Amino acid sequence: MTGAAKPARVAAPPSPPAWRRLVPGPAYAAVAALGVLVALNALFTPNFATASNLWNVLLQVSTVVLVAVGMTLVISTGGIDLSVGSVMAIAGAVAAVLLDRGMAVALPAALIGGTLVGVLNGALVAALRVQPIVVTLATLIAGRGLAQVISHEGELVTIDHPGFALLGRGHLGPIPYQALIALASVAAGVFLLRATPFGRYVLAAGGNPAAARLAGVPVQRTIVSVYAASAFLASVAGLIVASRLGASDAAKIGQNMELDAIAAVVVGGTALSGGRATVLGTVVGALIMQVIATSFNMLLVPYSWSLALKAAIILLAVYLQRPKRV
Amino acid sequence: MTGAAPPALLRMEGITKTFGSARALDGVDLTLRRGEVHALVGENGAGKSTLVKIMTGAYHRDSGEMWLDGERVDFDTPAQAQAAGVCAVHQEIHLLTHRTVAENVYLGREPRRWGFVDWRRMNHETGALLAGLGLDIDPRAVVGTLNTARQQMVAIARGVSLGAKVLVLDEPTSSLSPREVTILYDLVRRLKAQSTAIVYISHRFDELYAICDRVTVLRDGRLVSSHDLASLDRLDLVCLMLGKSRDALRAGTTAFGEQRHAPAASLTAPQPPLLRTEAIARGSRLRGVSLEVAAGEIVGVAGLLGSGRTETARAIFGAAPSEQGAVYLGGRRLDPQSPDDAIAAGIGFVSEDRKAEGIIPELSIRENLTLAALPMLTRFGIVSRSRQVEIVERFMRRLGIKAASADQRIRELSGGNQQKVLLARWLCTEPRLLILDEPTRGIDIGAKGEIQALVNELAASGLGVLMISSELEELVEGSTRVVVLRDGRSVAVLQGDEISQQAIIHAMASERAPAAQDAAS
Repeated sequence: MTGAAKPARVAAPPSPPAWRRLVPGPAYAAVAALGVLVALNALFTPNFATASNLWNVLLQVSTVVLVAVGMTLVISTGGIDLSVGSVMAIAGAVAAVLLDRGMAVALPAALIGGTLVGVLNGALVAALRVQPIVVTLATLIAGRGLAQVISHEGELVTIDHPGFALLGRGHLGPIPYQALIALASVAAGVFLLRATPFGRYVLAAGGNPAAARLAGVPVQRTIVSVYAASAFLASVAGLIVASRLGASDAAKIGQNMELDAIAAVVVGGTALSGGRATVLGTVVGALIMQVIATSFNMLLVPYSWSLALKAAIILLAVYLQRPKRV
Repeated sequence: MTGAAPPALLRMEGITKTFGSARALDGVDLTLRRGEVHALVGENGAGKSTLVKIMTGAYHRDSGEMWLDGERVDFDTPAQAQAAGVCAVHQEIHLLTHRTVAENVYLGREPRRWGFVDWRRMNHETGALLAGLGLDIDPRAVVGTLNTARQQMVAIARGVSLGAKVLVLDEPTSSLSPREVTILYDLVRRLKAQSTAIVYISHRFDELYAICDRVTVLRDGRLVSSHDLASLDRLDLVCLMLGKSRDALRAGTTAFGEQRHAPAASLTAPQPPLLRTEAIARGSRLRGVSLEVAAGEIVGVAGLLGSGRTETARAIFGAAPSEQGAVYLGGRRLDPQSPDDAIAAGIGFVSEDRKAEGIIPELSIRENLTLAALPMLTRFGIVSRSRQVEIVERFMRRLGIKAASADQRIRELSGGNQQKVLLARWLCTEPRLLILDEPTRGIDIGAKGEIQALVNELAASGLGVLMISSELEELVEGSTRVVVLRDGRSVAVLQGDEISQQAIIHAMASERAPAAQDAAS
């Protein structure tokens, strides 16, 4: 990350300290907010700072993080993906009905099936120039229906497969597998954005599509790819939830997940207008939302109050990153 | 004006308007008489549209006075201006495309009967109105089903039915066929006979001379002058628009120097030119441009606003591919259908609109500079950081890009430094041909000279450059040859000693290509 170039310079403003470059942009606010939340909870919420509770937070946040990493990519192209919850349900349903043929069939089929929904989203957005919110609203509705058709008209399909159960309940030492998977997705997201041409294309397509096209950026391919990535990660999340539940509930799995994921992205400091992205910020955003939910629960504050606080934080985040131009 | 002139219908005096720190209009006067068609002309940024928007109530002036029919007026909204009889018909027509002609004409003031819309009367009166204007349009037709010309007529009819005394037509013919233009002319003449004053904005000289009585010329937000059009020939008009005096066309102010006027080697040598276009055309704005660029040449492209300069560049680069004609690069037919095709063949393109089509504002200098070269910097799917840094460092030094560091966001740089980054974006792909559309627009003098010197140096090292510019000095001093465009066609090629501001202006202004003129007369 050493920005080594030393060209002709005018009075150079001090370059930001290394820790700030790690979480760029409006994400400082999110990091600070998370710190304050954790500190307050550690002081005032009984049993908050126990290992078992912190693992609990980690467990619950991992599916949101998975989906939100994909959402970060989509949002930084200036788009949005409302269909993630339905994609989770599709992946869960496909896995549930195919598991009796073995994991080697069920898992790839579920991942591919879910990802295809994303390819469809991306193709409609990129080639037909339909607005992302409309395209993914349509796949949100159709996807939920499709998931119910796959799982025999919406029955609850119970899963009894010890191997599959590990996905949502297994541990590596003390760390749940799903947390490791979420961590891997975060690492992949950071790597993609920082080190690959694809990452630059995502930011260029979101920041100024016309200029990107003239610079030879494959804008359409990039857009299809981010929706596919979002759907792939949502499919993984769907498998984890199905494994944790021990069942595929096509009507419920992933419900409202799009809202949690978008909230995490926005609170984390990624601009809804596109062109800027911070995957680590998104993780922080997801953690903030989860800590609020957990601590309110532990403090026996009614659930509705935690919703109100979440709403306030989302509004504050959007207010902080509003365009500063006149 | 002279004492004999008929009394003014609308008079604007000392109109000034500032946006932020930019002065769009500075003390402009305009006088419209009853029954005249008044041309409003000027190049980009002259202030035409700002003046019209103030006249029609869309903007509010900072200072100055305005009189209509001898009374001081002050419009806060377009509705107020319309009520007073000042009405604009815009380039993009503002009509409800799913509603009928009559509904559009009477929108917001539908005739009523017992509180309900009186359809019969509305259709009847609209029919009478259209007939009175000599238009054969069914009042019950849905506007979206009419062609563009007829939609425009409906928009004008609406203005007339509002009792417009002043009607502003902003580029009314930009999407009309030649036959439709004559229908528009008929309508304009009819309105004129009814003593309506018409403000006519157009870039096409043939039209101005065909239909307009007087002309007001604006340049850089200032009034240049108002004239009777009959007593002003085309050359004078172009000189006024560009701010050149007809006799004393000066030279010698750019960083190109004078050495480029020697005929290029390619003119004598047999090898094929690097770039050749054959009568490329697209839509109504690009109607046949043929030009050649050899390696090591700077070929200038001159033309007034709307002459097809940018369209030519975009066609060669594949951003808006030509529908007819051919583009050859290095002797082979290319006809790029997308920028990718052109880039792969070794063409780079710096757009005239740095902000909208050049920079990616939130990304760093490094990412902006290497955006087009990323495929070359990538190994095993990973961008080589060290090669990226090396290239960025090299070009920042070579082009003298001033910034805190390569990590600085490009939007924080000055226009000149942004432009250098965009030049570097292409130079690091090692192109064969570079297309520059207004490379020095909106750039301070110092950076301008640096960019001009750099372009010169690049050409000397064998790069072919196609340079579009509205600055004649830049073209005259920088170009080995100059191609002049008019109304979407290439009409002249000047080379060697023929290149002068005077010759370019002559070519821009002349009525038609000589051959066509002979055929017509």
